[in-house]
Amino acid sequence: MATTSQLVVDERNAAGDRHLIRVEDVHKYYDLGETRVHALRGVSVNIEAGEFVAIMGASGSGKSTFMNVLGCLDKPTSGKYLLENVEVSSLSKEELAAIRNRKIGFVFQGFNLLSRTTALENVELPTLYPQISKQEGQKRSREALELVGLGERMHHFPSQLSGGQQQRVAIARGLVNKPSILLADEPTGNLDSRTSVEIMDVFQKLNAGGLTIVLVTHEPDVAEFAKRTIHFRDGMIRRDEPVRNRPIASDVLNDMPVLED
Amino acid sequence: MDLLAIIRIAMRALARNKLRSSLTMLGIIIGVGAVIAMVSVGQGAQSQAQQQIQAMGSNLLFVGAGNVTRGGTRMGSGATKTLIDEDLQAILREAPSVKEAAPGSQATSQIVYGNDNWATQVNGTEPQYFDIRSWPFAEGSSFTTDDVNMAANVAVIGETVRKNLFGATDAIGETIRIANLPFRVVGVLTPKGSSAAMGQDQDDIVLVPITTLQKKITGQNWLRWIMVSAVSKEASYTAQQQITEVLRDRHRIRKGQDDDFMVRNLADMADLADQNAHLFTVLLASIASISLIVGGIGIMNIMLVSVTERTREIGIRMAIGATETDVQQQFLIEAVVLSVVGGAIGIAFGLIASYIITQTLGWAVLVSPASIIAAVIFSMGVGIFFGFYPARKAARLDPIEALRYE
Repeated sequence: MATTSQLVVDERNAAGDRHLIRVEDVHKYYDLGETRVHALRGVSVNIEAGEFVAIMGASGSGKSTFMNVLGCLDKPTSGKYLLENVEVSSLSKEELAAIRNRKIGFVFQGFNLLSRTTALENVELPTLYPQISKQEGQKRSREALELVGLGERMHHFPSQLSGGQQQRVAIARGLVNKPSILLADEPTGNLDSRTSVEIMDVFQKLNAGGLTIVLVTHEPDVAEFAKRTIHFRDGMIRRDEPVRNRPIASDVLNDMPVLED
Repeated sequence: MDLLAIIRIAMRALARNKLRSSLTMLGIIIGVGAVIAMVSVGQGAQSQAQQQIQAMGSNLLFVGAGNVTRGGTRMGSGATKTLIDEDLQAILREAPSVKEAAPGSQATSQIVYGNDNWATQVNGTEPQYFDIRSWPFAEGSSFTTDDVNMAANVAVIGETVRKNLFGATDAIGETIRIANLPFRVVGVLTPKGSSAAMGQDQDDIVLVPITTLQKKITGQNWLRWIMVSAVSKEASYTAQQQITEVLRDRHRIRKGQDDDFMVRNLADMADLADQNAHLFTVLLASIASISLIVGGIGIMNIMLVSVTERTREIGIRMAIGATETDVQQQFLIEAVVLSVVGGAIGIAFGLIASYIITQTLGWAVLVSPASIIAAVIFSMGVGIFFGFYPARKAARLDPIEALRYE
């Protein structure tokens, strides 16, 4: 993991002590015919570069909507969202796509890899929009795969990889365009407990290298590995606290029994 | 994203569902193949018609002895005895648009050479006939004006007659018997094929001096027809009018009375044949185009299925930075690749079909580069037209919904 810092900490946060993410009084509601669903009711939070935040809450708490807003997949109904001092809520669809491409890396619960496409090609996907040179795209993709420990398996198809390996491919895909922030939505939801810790180990190491990570989870065990937890309930932040006695994933792994299949 | 990369992605996406892609393409293959084959058949017919106009001589006019009504009985054409050599002289003298004219009279007779015999039309005419019809000789030459003056027993034969009587032996100088009279063969005409206007075999013919035919075979002194050439193709219409005037005057036909002759402008008839062939082409092409459109609907159908199936993929692509335009392009190019590859195979298919038509049916088939280019452009257009809606649908997907799609 020696190359971590090179990959993720360049040209970051030129504005110095400004916040990486600044969310101010964000509301989001959906009009479903007669009824109005209030998903976010005034959320304000700042996230600094280098943080590792776990967002927690039950389903319906608004955490997924908040994640979608952070990921520029959805626009807030009202309120401000500044990503690296850029007011995101006023941008066009094309500009949002460009921000998702360059500043945000996504990791999903279901991995969301393209089947019948090799690991390397999956990782290359973000380098196609807008296309950087094929050589550069491949070079970066190889680096990203090596970073998550999958350098040996880049020509495997998702069906030939275990769940943990698939999720690593997805993480590598999230990293390939050197984003400002990695957003992970229930990244361990489909994984067994040991593999979950392995993935958290990857996240901790990337974070140690300087990468800002925001993780959505409903598992307290998983949230433990982050540096800060934010609890959502009924579309509002109920608790926002640093994690005390944070476990180190690699140590936990050493203590865990290896399950035989 | 550059076009080559999108095309590569499209190819791979299509390769994932090989059977489905090939079946979808089959619609376009059949459509384009049918268009190419049908247009080739149509244009073949058209070019054949045009060749025959050339072969006939484009400024040709045919004056035939007409029908006549005697006491209420209408006789068939050629029944009048009023068309005579003096009419021909008058036409040459009084119709300035006429360049040359040759008289004609005919009889059907059995031709005998050695042990072979052949029934054909024996035409009496004058040497300028070959010039008027721009009909060159394969061997030998025409009989001469002297032969006409002396009513000599000499004959010029067409290719069909030569083949049937002589086969491999040389016909020139040989003696054939027509109506039991010996005739020396002086010339063999080059083959002209069947006529565009009438469809009869023009090579099944024997030509002798008109005087010989009239005096020694038929015993008639009137003409069956006069073959006329106008000074130019454009002049053939005025020539037609002039001839009509001259003959009506000479035959003392009063105003309101029917002509006892007919003047046919052969360029006119050939043009008509050409128009018919063109119409035939258009008709065939439009029928074939319908199958191309059906193929296009097949593409649209399968692209809609594909968009639904790949909703998650679209969601992923959008989440990692693909814009609506990127997604739309991807699906549009996929549809275009389907239709263009189908089109290319369809062209090959069409060419093979054209070849088979030529070989088995013996029809003249003309594959024009224009029809191939048109097929490529048209199939590409079909891909864009029928791929647009599914691609638009894909681009309009909400990435959040798409990612959640099971």
